[in-house]
Amino acid sequence: MAELITADLVDLDLAGTERAEVTGDLARRLAGAGRVTDVDGFLADLRRREEQMPTGLEGGIGIPHARSAHVTEPTLAFGRSESGVDFGAADGPAHLIFLIAAPEGGGDEHMTVLASLARRLVHESFRQSLHTAPDADAVVELVRREVLGR
Amino acid sequence: MRFVAVTSCPTGIAHTYMAAESLEQAAKAAGHEIAVETQGAAGSAPLTAQQIAEADAVVFAADVDVRDRERFAGKPTVTAGVKAAINDGAGLIAEASRAAESAEPAESVAGEETPAGAAPGPELAGKVEGGAGAGTRVRQWLMTGVSYMIPFVAAGGILIAIAFMIGGAEIAAIVDGGEYRGVQYEGVAELSDLFGQAGIAGVLFKIGSTAFEMLVPILSGFIAFGMADRPGIAPGVVGGLLASAIGAGFLGGLVSGLLAGAVVMGLKRLRVPRGVAGVMPVVVIPLIATLVVGLLMIVVVGEPIAAVQTGMTDWLSGLSGGAAWLLGGLLGLMMAFDMGGPVNKVAYTFGLAALASGDTLIMAAVMAAGMTPPLGLALATVVRARLFTRAERQAGQAGWLLGLSFITEGAIPFAAADPFRVIPSVMVGSATTGALAVAFGTTSLAPHGGIWVVGLIGSPLLYLLAIAAGTAVTCGCLLVAKNIGRNRTGTATTSAATAEPVTV
Repeated sequence: MAELITADLVDLDLAGTERAEVTGDLARRLAGAGRVTDVDGFLADLRRREEQMPTGLEGGIGIPHARSAHVTEPTLAFGRSESGVDFGAADGPAHLIFLIAAPEGGGDEHMTVLASLARRLVHESFRQSLHTAPDADAVVELVRREVLGR
Repeated sequence: MRFVAVTSCPTGIAHTYMAAESLEQAAKAAGHEIAVETQGAAGSAPLTAQQIAEADAVVFAADVDVRDRERFAGKPTVTAGVKAAINDGAGLIAEASRAAESAEPAESVAGEETPAGAAPGPELAGKVEGGAGAGTRVRQWLMTGVSYMIPFVAAGGILIAIAFMIGGAEIAAIVDGGEYRGVQYEGVAELSDLFGQAGIAGVLFKIGSTAFEMLVPILSGFIAFGMADRPGIAPGVVGGLLASAIGAGFLGGLVSGLLAGAVVMGLKRLRVPRGVAGVMPVVVIPLIATLVVGLLMIVVVGEPIAAVQTGMTDWLSGLSGGAAWLLGGLLGLMMAFDMGGPVNKVAYTFGLAALASGDTLIMAAVMAAGMTPPLGLALATVVRARLFTRAERQAGQAGWLLGLSFITEGAIPFAAADPFRVIPSVMVGSATTGALAVAFGTTSLAPHGGIWVVGLIGSPLLYLLAIAAGTAVTCGCLLVAKNIGRNRTGTATTSAATAEPVTV
């Protein structure tokens, strides 16, 4: 199985301020890494999910995600935004954005990785470390250690 | 405190697990225990019946339907969206604590089985764990049905026995109609006239026999419940009612219960769209399962039973010329085979017909042979108590009175729980008694009433001796049979402990 996240999939200084803009940027990184085959199709799946219920969470977190036929491997793209991007949370914009891409017919093994990623996101210490991570490699390192335990 | 929770969300890859983690962290921080079932894309170990039974409260953090929600019926419940659980897990846990505290009386709904169910296994949880070996699981399913049936046997049987004691053997004919010692009774059609026409004995008999009508439906319904949880009850009970209606007795009830449970288990495995999933346990599953079980019981089981009964009756009539004690033994075998089922009915009806034509020998053998199964089993629970569950030992205590009153149904709890060992044992015992009763030349002018109509028995002491002999034989055979099987049970238990839990 491919890495859950690589340095190419980390953007510590997101330029956009709109939800669509930011998810678009991150989705193109996924496409560039070969994890997404059709950016527009994947974005449409993300929008559909976002319309059901916004994915913003209290504490400045956004987790746009979808299971999509256009995804080849379960992958995380991570973005950090100084100014914040509105993901519909009650207490304000999101500064940490986790774009989770899951293949449509993913087996249990795939889904288990994403499940343990989701569980880590709840931990304040994990969030704090992401806030202060100096560079993309540090983020990749952190995710590997916390989520995959290695 | 102990909690259980279910989390689920539309996509099933993020919120479901975040909510689970959040609840686990919050419960840990507050010093509680929690087990979370994540109904997401990665699957999860389902909560066990024991975890649910032990939980003080349930938390649903779900944005879509919780699967198998009926498992949690009767528990104090807190319901929220997944986001509420992620954003404020501590708040939800606090709310669950309050719900558990304020709902103490409601807890008894889930906990009421505990006093009667100190016996191990299905009675505690009410629902059988997946993961046991096949033999053990079938036995646990049967025991679940039996444990719910025993109160009906005890209450109904003892009421009928008291009715015979104070009203004499004719009370059955007075209430239900029919002939007794040459007098034709019409029976009591209106329940409101019952007390006036039949007295307190008639009322007790009616209540007792009404409880007995529920034996097979309850047995069948709760076998299905043990297998498939609440959705199994309706098809199981209906199948049991039909088993009674076609005269299939408790063996028919075992069949309908297992059948209903299997059909519901199958239907629960079907993957259905989320929109339909909500009405599956309440509407779709009971509807289809009840239809299937009902059809099978009426068409596939019912007709052959009627044909076999006719055939056996003709065959018995043809035997009348042979050795009388052999006929007595044969009738004993039949009386004990299904205890109120079709074979028993043929033998009993044969006895009634003999009595009507003035042959009191056969009636005496039939009644004596019908008394030994509960007596022999009651004796066995005293002689080797450790071979029986606590519920069985209690059924054994009632068995003395039921046996003495010629209420053969008192043996059904034992036979339903372990048919392959119990039925042959009681058959041998009853055959002994039937043959001896004829050989001793005992007679009975009464078609029922057991020990309470001893005044109508010819050679009463020899009659009691025949019953005592059959009782001892039944007990001895059963103890041997139980010992044969015990090794096998031990192996099954070991494999149950090591087997992986399966998703039901």
